[in-house]
Amino acid sequence: MCVLRICWPLWGWPRSFKGVIMRTTKSGRLLALSLASLLAASMVQAADKVKIGFVSTLSGPNGALGAEIRDAFNLAVKLNGGRLGGLPAEVLIGDDQFKPDVGKQLFERYVKRDKVDFMTGVVFSNIMLAGLPEAVGEKTFYLSPNAAPSPIAGKDCSPYFFAVSWPNDAYHEAAGQHATNRGFKSAYLVAPNYQAGKDSLAGFKRFYKGKVAAEVYTKLGQLDYSAELAEIRAAKPDVLYFFLPGGMGINFIKQFVAAGLNKDTKMVLPGFGADQDIIRSVGDEMLGITDTAHWGLDLNNAANKKFVAEFEKEYKRLPTVYAAQGYDTALLIDAAVRGAKGNLEDKEALRRHIKEAKFESVRGAFKFNTNQYPIQNYYLREVQKDAQGRLVNKIVSQTPVLASHGDAYVQDCPMK
Amino acid sequence: MTWILFLEQSLNGLQFGLMLFLLASGLTLVFGIMDMINLAHGALYMVGAFLAAWLVNITQSFLWGVLLAVPLTAVFGMVLESTLLRTLYRRDHMSQVLATFALILIINEAVRMIWGTDLALSAPAALSGPVELLPGLMYPSYRLVIIGVGLALALFLYLVVTQTRMGAWVRAGASNRDMAMAMGINIQRLFTLVFGLGAAMCAVAGAMLGPLLAVQVGMGESILILAFVVIVIGGIGSIWGAFVGSLLVGFVDTFGRTLLPHLFREIFPPQVAATAGPAAASIMVYLLMAVVLFIRPQGLFSRKA
Repeated sequence: MCVLRICWPLWGWPRSFKGVIMRTTKSGRLLALSLASLLAASMVQAADKVKIGFVSTLSGPNGALGAEIRDAFNLAVKLNGGRLGGLPAEVLIGDDQFKPDVGKQLFERYVKRDKVDFMTGVVFSNIMLAGLPEAVGEKTFYLSPNAAPSPIAGKDCSPYFFAVSWPNDAYHEAAGQHATNRGFKSAYLVAPNYQAGKDSLAGFKRFYKGKVAAEVYTKLGQLDYSAELAEIRAAKPDVLYFFLPGGMGINFIKQFVAAGLNKDTKMVLPGFGADQDIIRSVGDEMLGITDTAHWGLDLNNAANKKFVAEFEKEYKRLPTVYAAQGYDTALLIDAAVRGAKGNLEDKEALRRHIKEAKFESVRGAFKFNTNQYPIQNYYLREVQKDAQGRLVNKIVSQTPVLASHGDAYVQDCPMK
Repeated sequence: MTWILFLEQSLNGLQFGLMLFLLASGLTLVFGIMDMINLAHGALYMVGAFLAAWLVNITQSFLWGVLLAVPLTAVFGMVLESTLLRTLYRRDHMSQVLATFALILIINEAVRMIWGTDLALSAPAALSGPVELLPGLMYPSYRLVIIGVGLALALFLYLVVTQTRMGAWVRAGASNRDMAMAMGINIQRLFTLVFGLGAAMCAVAGAMLGPLLAVQVGMGESILILAFVVIVIGGIGSIWGAFVGSLLVGFVDTFGRTLLPHLFREIFPPQVAATAGPAAASIMVYLLMAVVLFIRPQGLFSRKA
């Protein structure tokens, strides 16, 4: 939009993400609006297709997570006859290789060169935060199918960022609420010694009213937990809550059960920590583990029944929360493009249609808060054997642990 | 800390230490006798674990899988020694480090091509639960088996080194290589044998730890660092030093991880303790090494004068 260098001081390329927010929310708001209406006036006709840039971690040890999101996203497009919102959908897929710099380059390419209408896909917050300024700087919507860090829910919120998943703290808060509901007297908390680990335990404690027996931070990437497990045995807590993503959690669960600790201490996890992918790696040791999530395989609504059945038919495996989020993201794009009648240039109108979220989500009804993070229900799930003898993570009660729950940072977001 | 917890943590320290010993014993002999820094030692540990996981899957028996993986890894090690590493003995340490580092990358990628990034390996079902050693002291049975295997192999190595002719050659080679050669020992064959023995020990450690940790590409690198710490503490070329060093590192790491955060919580405000405790725990092993180097720069039981 800025052809000549002259306009740079007025409306420069973003140098930092924060800068963009300041500009778009304060002085830039008017300019953005007038620019948008100018553009809309010049291109009244609807676009002939909708282009989506999909950047995710598709290789390496964490590649399975990105593949879940991608497969479900593609499934939704396929079930829609290759169209989103009535327009032919073109999905450009890139692998960030779990590297923030690679993710940032892919964002730049899709946004600036390919001029996509929407960006989505990323699993990990650090990669998403590296790429996001590229999208926001060009006023391209980023619809997050997973990463939803706290800063962007609060003071760094953006009109071009929507979290289709759940705020980063939410699963932990729901787990804390569950521990309070169950009347657990003492809780033992374990997380890796890094920022997300500390945030997760803070989220749990925000809703847990009982006593915290101990809060243990282990080395990131640690694989042997013998010493920590001996401490847990001695502490005899009612409930053990831990946030150990990936291989760390798989090892922890196996070793916990091998030590016989599951007889006296109940394990509670955030939803992604006990999902079908983890169950496939750990096996029978997962039986009886409870977790909290915004979605479940057997959540009772028509959209979800269709999603789970079609996903299993297509990929011969059960979907995880990541898949559910990817599927919803595609449905959201479909609804927004349809609402905007194919006019993808009027960003302000498009934003309004995204925010309405008029589609049948697999999680049931939800709405976007003023910070464009979801307000939704969180359920308790448990790993059980189903009729065919498979291990599945089932919803314990269709009554949510936390109902219509938002996040703790929304008041810091200047958007209304 | 109750005495039950103390006992359990001691067993944990022992288990960790013994597995480190299996790695460090091979490393210290190669370093001590051949004066060769072999960074690819961790790669042998990984190859052993992958072979074990692969063979357990084929034979459907944990015991047979491990029993077959150990000699195969030893053969792999000996082939590696006689084709590639042998040419490096007379080179300086920097060349050895560079060449064996390249070997790590090559073996990692080769394993990735053959088996993928990881393989599933689980302990036999009979060993999946805990056993009650004393009233109130429950301990995972598989970890007990690891301790048993580790102790048996340590004893075996001790007997080999002190009681056999090959052991005498090894001791002679470690204390003065040139003199040993002058006395007519076939150093070339000895080197190959020692390398094979070290590779076999690596395979046992990899196969035993596989179900507990994870059989994945790159598993050898992190544990190799600790194995080097062990041989620096124990003294290069000394099996006994590797044994004492391994147990020291095992105990210091286990108790440091659990006791230090407690200690910090008593002394400092919670905010500081939450950050400083785990950080201090993770450097305990290196602190131990620094102290040993300060007091005895040649290591606790060095065989070199």
